[in-house]
Amino acid sequence: MIVEIGHFALVLALAAALAQTIVPFWGARVGDRRLMEVGRNAALIQLALIAIAFLALVNAHLTSDFSVLNVAENSHSAVPAIYKISGVWGNHEGSMLLWVLILAVFGALVALFGRALPAALRADALAVQGAISLAFLAFILLTSNPFERLTPAPFEGRDLNPILQDPGLAIHPPLLYLGYVGFSIVYSFAAAALIEGRIDAAWARFVRPFTLVAWSFLTLGIAAGSFWAYYTLGWGGFWFWDPVENASLMPWLAGTAFVHSAAVMEKRDALKVWTIFLAIIAFSFSLLGTFLVRSGVLTSVHAFASDPRRGVFILAILALFIFGSFVLFAWRAPMLKQGGLFAPVSREGALIVNNLLLTTSCATVLFGTLYPLALEQLTGEKITVGAPFFNLTCGALLLAACFVAPFGFSLAWKRGDLLGVVQRLALAIISGAATATIGAAWLGGRSIFAPLAAGLAIFVILGTLIEAVLRAWRPGASLGAVLRRALGLPLSFFGGALAHIGLGVTLLGLSGLGFGAETIATLHKGVPERVGPYSITLDWVGERIGPNYKEAATTMTVRSGDAVVAEITPARRQFEARQMTTTEAGLATLDFGQVYVAIADPTPDGGVPARLYWKPLVTLIWLGAAAMALGGALSLADRRLRFGVAARARAGRAPLAEPAQ
Amino acid sequence: MMMRFIRFALLVMLAFGARLALAVQPDEVIKDPTLEARARALSEELRCLVCQNQSIDDSDAPLARDIRILIRQRIAAGESSDAVRAYLVSRYGDFILLKPPFKPETILLWLSPALVLGAGLAAALLARRRAPRATPALSADEEARLTALTGGDGPVG
Repeated sequence: MIVEIGHFALVLALAAALAQTIVPFWGARVGDRRLMEVGRNAALIQLALIAIAFLALVNAHLTSDFSVLNVAENSHSAVPAIYKISGVWGNHEGSMLLWVLILAVFGALVALFGRALPAALRADALAVQGAISLAFLAFILLTSNPFERLTPAPFEGRDLNPILQDPGLAIHPPLLYLGYVGFSIVYSFAAAALIEGRIDAAWARFVRPFTLVAWSFLTLGIAAGSFWAYYTLGWGGFWFWDPVENASLMPWLAGTAFVHSAAVMEKRDALKVWTIFLAIIAFSFSLLGTFLVRSGVLTSVHAFASDPRRGVFILAILALFIFGSFVLFAWRAPMLKQGGLFAPVSREGALIVNNLLLTTSCATVLFGTLYPLALEQLTGEKITVGAPFFNLTCGALLLAACFVAPFGFSLAWKRGDLLGVVQRLALAIISGAATATIGAAWLGGRSIFAPLAAGLAIFVILGTLIEAVLRAWRPGASLGAVLRRALGLPLSFFGGALAHIGLGVTLLGLSGLGFGAETIATLHKGVPERVGPYSITLDWVGERIGPNYKEAATTMTVRSGDAVVAEITPARRQFEARQMTTTEAGLATLDFGQVYVAIADPTPDGGVPARLYWKPLVTLIWLGAAAMALGGALSLADRRLRFGVAARARAGRAPLAEPAQ
Repeated sequence: MMMRFIRFALLVMLAFGARLALAVQPDEVIKDPTLEARARALSEELRCLVCQNQSIDDSDAPLARDIRILIRQRIAAGESSDAVRAYLVSRYGDFILLKPPFKPETILLWLSPALVLGAGLAAALLARRRAPRATPALSADEEARLTALTGGDGPVG
């Protein structure tokens, strides 16, 4: 019964989405406020209905109701409760339901907090948001219904894929979707601005919190996924330039460019058309990513959406929203008024360079991902575009973007003094160059990337810190005055600084790869094996039984010299229900690096074949990403960017003392 | 990325049954470290033909293991890395190379970053040209009004 209620709620949500699409849009055309208000209510009702549907599915999974096809195929009565819940989105149908749920959450946020906006703009934005929702709800109901019943109901489910039985599944997809789908708001507002033919700093101010939320979550989602891959897949890789990863990287690159160009628009009223364009492509890439992942184009044999109807349906959605917005853009964008003059050497100029590099790398990822498909279609020739291609092309572009970052952060708006900035950053430049030189000498030419990345990382981190200090400190100023100045700086300044430092930290973590070590050996009890500065000894090997698996388990001691620094327990798990084995890597975090051990099945004589790694600084990759996301959150907390403040400021009650960063 | 795991898992399940081997296994390794390093470098740029976008160095698939062993046999027999690569391409086509070769069919791919960057730069320069260069200078009339307003002190700044 609850399952049917969920299904019915989803159908009603479709009706609400239809109303949200048509009524407010019509209201905005004829200038009827009551019709425009319908969009607001429809968005809230839609959220409630989709939430009911989602909870109904969660309930079916929690109670292991195997009369529901989705549960029978993706759950098992013995799975721990947390994986019963996360299993809801560990499959195609459930993950699409999560997708529309998050879409509805963002729609409701606009409905609730959009009061400060011009009514017509809000109505148009809600209508576009409703149209997206409509398309995806129709997709779910027509091709991917999670509430489909199964008769007769089996006694036991087919189990959640063992690789997905991990806290990673609970965290990664929701974060990623919050990011992906968050850009839909930006898209809806861009479309609304084009429909209205007007765009200004107030628009940028309202959209900015959504952008920051989406961008921060996408950053966290990508980082969580990469960390998950790192510890589960058993060879310590964390980024594979896999088409599916590329699908999440493209919106991130476009979104990062958008965050920067929206700042220019907000402060200087410039780059309007470009900002709108980025807003459109950031969400278009999210849709493209959904299409690539869900349609099975890239993964003909192994995708879980093998039904060709789904691919065609999503392609139609994709075409509608991407081409629709591009047509709208081509038609209306020339009408937007440009403003805000600036010299080439200025913060605006640096942000344009940033945008060029980010969008070029985004385009490169797109070309690299789709080229093999296109070539095979056109000539029948099969080629592979893999990690070495992306490392070379995108690597170079993104390193260049990192190099520009501290300059952009230190240059003044409108007209900057490059020589002055170089002098300000002299210490950072020298330290970075020294790091790169020492690193290169240490490695003796084994890697170009590692020392270069390390040098750039130091430059970015120090350069940002120097700028932050110089903002508050003046020669001869008392400590109190410095503190007062620092406290007077807007939070969004610190947010930006933290995000840039996070970028440097991630880069430092990446550079650590070049300084690591790897040993492949069969371990025997009591015989130490060296990896990097550590030695690893196998102490025990045996069998253990878990809730729904049995494992070949080991314990090993990590020593530095004679001192014991860590115990690790790498294992291999055998899952009965799906006859699958997973590798549980043994990880020990030492400073910011990690010892990483993955084992194969023990040999009959008690030896354990293993790959041992020493990965210096590796944790910085994800700590840096977390710092970037935190930077986004900090900017979000800036008082002046809260909803409605712009309107109050316009009314003169709270005049802005200093422009936000 | 979630899909990656699912695909990976399904693939393993469908194609190779339940047993997962470890990527590079101890019994494959050549004793001579320089030869082994060359073999590793080579296997990192070759695709595991039955996997999704994975190098044979990282792959658990039996076919990847066979190719790793083949590479090591040829390298141990004194073949150059280029010769081994050429041999594998003749057998499996360009598909096996993770880094596509530079040839007529891939020219567009390799040039795409430069083309996009170039187009972006050109567009930025064009937009700059079209935009008014600077605020136009004050007309004589405006100068006079300014002088009147500032009480004869002349333009400031």
